[in-house]
Parts: sequence; C-alpha cells; structure tokens
Amino acid sequence: MAEVVAKKREARAKIRDAGGREVAMLKVQGLKRYFDVSAPWLNRMIERQPKQILRAVDGIDFEIGQGETFGLVGESGCGKSTVARLIVGLYGPSEGSIELEGRDIAGLSRQQMAPMRRRLQMIFQDPYASLNPRWRVRDIIAEPIRAFGLADGQAAIDARVGELLETVKLTARDGEKYPHEFSGGQRQRISIARALASEPEFLVCDEPTSALDVSVQAQILNLMKDLQREFGLTYLFISHNLAVVYHISDRVGVMYLGKLVEVAPAKTLFTTPRHPYTRLLLDTIPDLDMTGRERMPVAGEVPNPITPPPGCTFHPRCPFANERCRTEIPKARPLGDGAIVACHGIEEGRIPDGPTLSAPAKPEGMA
Amino acid sequence: MPLLEVENLVVEFPTRRGTLTAVNDISLHIDEGEVLGVVGESGAGKSMTGAAIIGLLEPPGRVAGGKILLEGERIDNLPYEKMRRIRGKKIGAIFQDPLTSLNPLYSVGRQLVETIQTHTDMTPTQARERAIDLLREVGIPAPERRIDQYPHQFSGGMRQRVVIALALCVNPRLIIADEPTTALDVSIQAQIIALLKRLCREHGTAVMLVTHDMGVIAETADRVAVMYAGRIAEIGPVREVIKNAKHPYTHGLMGSIPSIGHDNERLEQIPGAMPRLTDIPQGCAFNPRCPHTFDKCRTVRPDLLPVEDSWTACWLYDGEDGRTIEASKKLVAETKADALLEKNDG
Repeated sequence: MAEVVAKKREARAKIRDAGGREVAMLKVQGLKRYFDVSAPWLNRMIERQPKQILRAVDGIDFEIGQGETFGLVGESGCGKSTVARLIVGLYGPSEGSIELEGRDIAGLSRQQMAPMRRRLQMIFQDPYASLNPRWRVRDIIAEPIRAFGLADGQAAIDARVGELLETVKLTARDGEKYPHEFSGGQRQRISIARALASEPEFLVCDEPTSALDVSVQAQILNLMKDLQREFGLTYLFISHNLAVVYHISDRVGVMYLGKLVEVAPAKTLFTTPRHPYTRLLLDTIPDLDMTGRERMPVAGEVPNPITPPPGCTFHPRCPFANERCRTEIPKARPLGDGAIVACHGIEEGRIPDGPTLSAPAKPEGMA
Repeated sequence: MPLLEVENLVVEFPTRRGTLTAVNDISLHIDEGEVLGVVGESGAGKSMTGAAIIGLLEPPGRVAGGKILLEGERIDNLPYEKMRRIRGKKIGAIFQDPLTSLNPLYSVGRQLVETIQTHTDMTPTQARERAIDLLREVGIPAPERRIDQYPHQFSGGMRQRVVIALALCVNPRLIIADEPTTALDVSIQAQIIALLKRLCREHGTAVMLVTHDMGVIAETADRVAVMYAGRIAEIGPVREVIKNAKHPYTHGLMGSIPSIGHDNERLEQIPGAMPRLTDIPQGCAFNPRCPHTFDKCRTVRPDLLPVEDSWTACWLYDGEDGRTIEASKKLVAETKADALLEKNDG
C-alpha cells in the first residue's frame, strides 16, 4: 500500500504546467452558484413579485496545493457547504470553473465525471445520516471499490475492506456489524474508511467533527492528520469552529455571505487578521486561557443572502464602514505576506492593524 | 445558605433490561448570583441533572434518591401543580433549541403575557408592558413592533433572546440553561453569553449553565463541575479546574481541545469513548481510559476528595501508599492521555 502511494505521489509531482510550475490540486475561479427560490410562477404573477435569487456562492477564487489542507470558515448560511458540494459535483456551478489538477471538471458530463469522482471524495458532518442503516459496514466500504472496479473478486474486496478498517483504527471484524452498533466517533471513522476506499487524492470534509464530543473530535482530527501524511492527501476542511480550523489547516479562507473576504496562511490569519469580519470571528472565540479579556460581541447578524446589502456585504456590521463600503463591492487584493483581503478599508490603509477590532463597537445587544 | 442544594441525587431510568442510572449520587450547590458550569460529553448526565432540578425529567426517568433544596425547601417531592408554580416563578429554564421552546402558533407577546399572568396578578395591559420591557432588556430592537410577531419571524439568535426573556418573566432566583448557545453561530453565541452574564450581574440571578463547550464555561462560570458517566469527576473554581486540572479526565479533556496559538502537531486524545449506561465499569468509571489506573480504581468507586481548592473523585489523591498530592498532580499534568493508547498499540 505504502509503495503504491509513494509511486503515485512521485507521478503527481511531475504534473506541471507549460511554465514548469507545479499545478495546484484544485483551482477554483469565479465560482458562482445561484438558487432560484422564487414563489411558483402563478403566485408570482398574481402577487406581482419579482423572481428571487439566492446567491449562495457569489464569485470566489482559491487554490489548494498538493498535500495541503485548506480550511474554510464562516457562519451558517455563508455558503461554505455549497462550495463543498460544488467541488464534488453534487451541484453544478452557475458560473466559473473548478480545475482538478489543471482539468476543468465543472462542465463535465456524468460519464466524463465518473473517473474524476474516484479522485475526490467527501466526508459529511452527520455520521448518523451518511451511512445506510440497512447495510453492513463492509458493504458500505466495499461500494466504492466495486463501483470503480478497484479489486477483483470477493476475497480481494474483503481483504481491502479489512485493511481500510484497520487504517482508521477499527478492526476487520467490525465489517460484519451495522452502523447503529457504533458510536458517533466510530461512525465517522467508517465514513473516512469509505472515502478512502476509492484511493482518492482529494478529500472534501464538510464539518466532519461538528457532531462529535471534544475528546472524540481530537481522535478524528489526529487520525485525519495521520492519514494525510500516510497517503499524501489534500483536504478541503470546512468548519465553523475556528480553533479546529487553525489546528488542521495550512491555509484558511474566511467566507461571508457567499464571498471569500480573506485568504491567508493559517498562522498569519490568526495572528494578524486583516478583514474586520475575520477580526470579529476571532473576537468571538471563548478564551480558554482565562486571561480575563472582555470580549466585544459585535452586534448584528448575517443578513439575508436573498437581499444582500449593496457594496461590501459586511458594511452594516462593520465599525469602519464608510460611503465607499456602502456602494462599491471590494475586490480581493493580495497583500505582501500571502494574505488576500477584500476590503476597502485595508486597501486604503484606514483600518489600524491589530489582533482585534479596536474601533468602539456598538453597545452589546443593540442590533 | 446556598440558593440551591443538591444532595446525593440519583436519577434512574427503569427499562425492560434493568434499571439504568443516568445520574449517580451527585451533590452540588449554587450560591445566589453565582454561575455554576456543568460540563461533560454527551451521555455524562449533565442535562439529566438540570432536568431533575426543574422537575422536568421525561418518564420513565425518575429521581430515585437524594434531595433537591431551593432556598432551604425541598422541591423534589412536590406535587405537580406546586412544582409548576415554582418553575417559572423561582426557576427559569433555557434550552438548546429556541424553536422548540416557543409555540409556533402564538405570537411571542402572547407567550410572554401568558407566563407573566400565570405567576403574577398583573392586568393584561401591565403584563404586555412588562413583556415589551423584557424584550428590550434582552436586546431585541423595536420591541413594540416585534412583540406581535411569531417565532418563525425571528432569527435564531433573536429567538434565543425571546426564550431568555420568557425565563426572566417573573425574576427567577435560578436559571437552568441547558446548552443555550450550542445551536447558534459563534458571533451570536458571544452576544448571548454577554447577555446572560449581564442579566446575572444585574438581577443577582444564579445560573446553572449546562454545556459541552469548555470555552463557554471558561468565559462565564464562577465554578465548574466536570461530569463523567453520571458522576462528578471534579468540581471547583473555574480557573482551578481549567488551569490546574487534578482529575486525569479533566486533564485529557482540556488537552483534546484545539486552541489558537498552541501549535501542537497532534492533539492529546483520550482513548475510547464514554461507557454506555448499560455497562459502566466497576470502581472508577474512567478507569479503562485512564493512563494511571491501579488496582483500587478497578474495584472501589472514588468519592469527591478535597484537593487544594477543588474537589476531585480520583484515588490518586487519597494520600495512601505514600502518594502525595503534589506528586499525583505532577503525574497527571505530565502524562499525556495518549500514553495508554501507545501502550495498547505496542
């Protein structure tokens, strides 16, 4: 197994573009996904309502290098799960491209997509809903092996399933059981084993530890790091938990209302956050070190994505917003140290550097 | 006299296959105006403790032993109607999911007014004014307008504010808050925590904050009880428990929480999972997952022992066999919980 992986990794290292640069594992450009959430046609005609379009993902760009972990954070409704589903092909994009090792997979037909599917797999949040309760674990894990024809004959499949179960620190005997016989953490291990069954290179993990207790979460995060090292996996790791994202990611993107507001290496993002929304998020992390720091809860909530505010979508909650923020949509601009920020205030240099929001916040509770 | 005293509380669930003990002989107290955090992983019995105190255990669950005293009077054996008076008037409750705590068919105003009128003899007009004041107090903008709206017209954070307003209707002495921020986004969570803290300070209300989130506890609680498999593993001032954990479980739990700024390649992990209620091990319930287990742990159940400023249920601190508190603390602090895992693997 390890040799196969080493060989694969070697082969992949040679994939370079015309300029000799290494090709990113995943490159997303101008990705958009709109949902039509209008009332039925007749109702619309009678009530004279316009069409309603929800811009779940509204033009985002990012790259994930080979063997890298890219974390995506944001609050509920910011579109991070839609990004995950777009990448694995559960939704088709409204616009934009998704390149897997230089090949656009956004416009592929079902048939063309099939071989690509083997290379990218997904781990879902709820290990209770993502495993078929009527299948034995060995059948759940064997399904991708059969579907992609990765092993010949029952004996070979069984051996591979046993091997996968042991990879995720379960035993081969557990294959005989049904999902309900396992705890949440063990089920998530089964999901991971199933994802690994097709020997993927890229895993999209949508809140994989959010339904788990902290001690079990630690087990799963450690396992994911071990697997990454062993098989040279690339992760897109989506979570609303900033500490988890900090722990596992090499680079982090912060999403707000369908847009990426800041992308930076994990260290940089958490030590010198630029965008006011990133600072807001960092400010909300409970302080386990008990430094006695008073948190400044920023007022307001995520606006409705059907009618997002004009200009910068964060301006109603931003203490630094001015006229330009209210009218002009900010563009993502790279800063010197690898960070990319979409904020007029940062561009103009009128937002002071600092770990957190330093402008006077609105009084707590006043939205 | 503490506001609330819980003595040797036992909560049982009779099932066809025998009786399950969800809460096994726990004692705690809450002083006036104090925030007691209760943390633990799912199945530790923390919500059951809260439900037993407000008398809302779901049958067949029942209080099978012990006493619960509020302001010196027993409330665990009151008839239903009397307990209903105390709930709402002296004890308020906030649950995890604000949508299920509110009736979707009634406007929030009607629900607030109904609660106020149940417990006081205000006129409908007075009750409505009080309801508007409450909504304003919990930070809902334009309360005069929003009072006539229905729960579905509120966002998650705003709904939780309404639930807090409901719990505050008649100035209760104690609020049981069961995972009040778990269903909310992080930025809203911070707002709700700040609100709870402020209300607690201004009204002198005591809060029992049940949560699985150590961060929330660290921010909010004065004292904290760490629960494991139906028992309290460690209880003490929050700083003492978080910064200076005595029990190997608390220590492992703290190590397994990823935190920003701490660059460890691997998180500490506690091997295994919390036992099911049907097979709680003999002796200390944590012994199969503990890296320090010795014979006594496998046979005798530890009770809470005073160690420095907190109380810990761990035989490492019983002072027998020449074990000193200092040495045991050092042992716990320096051993990674993974040690056992590696031992087992190898």
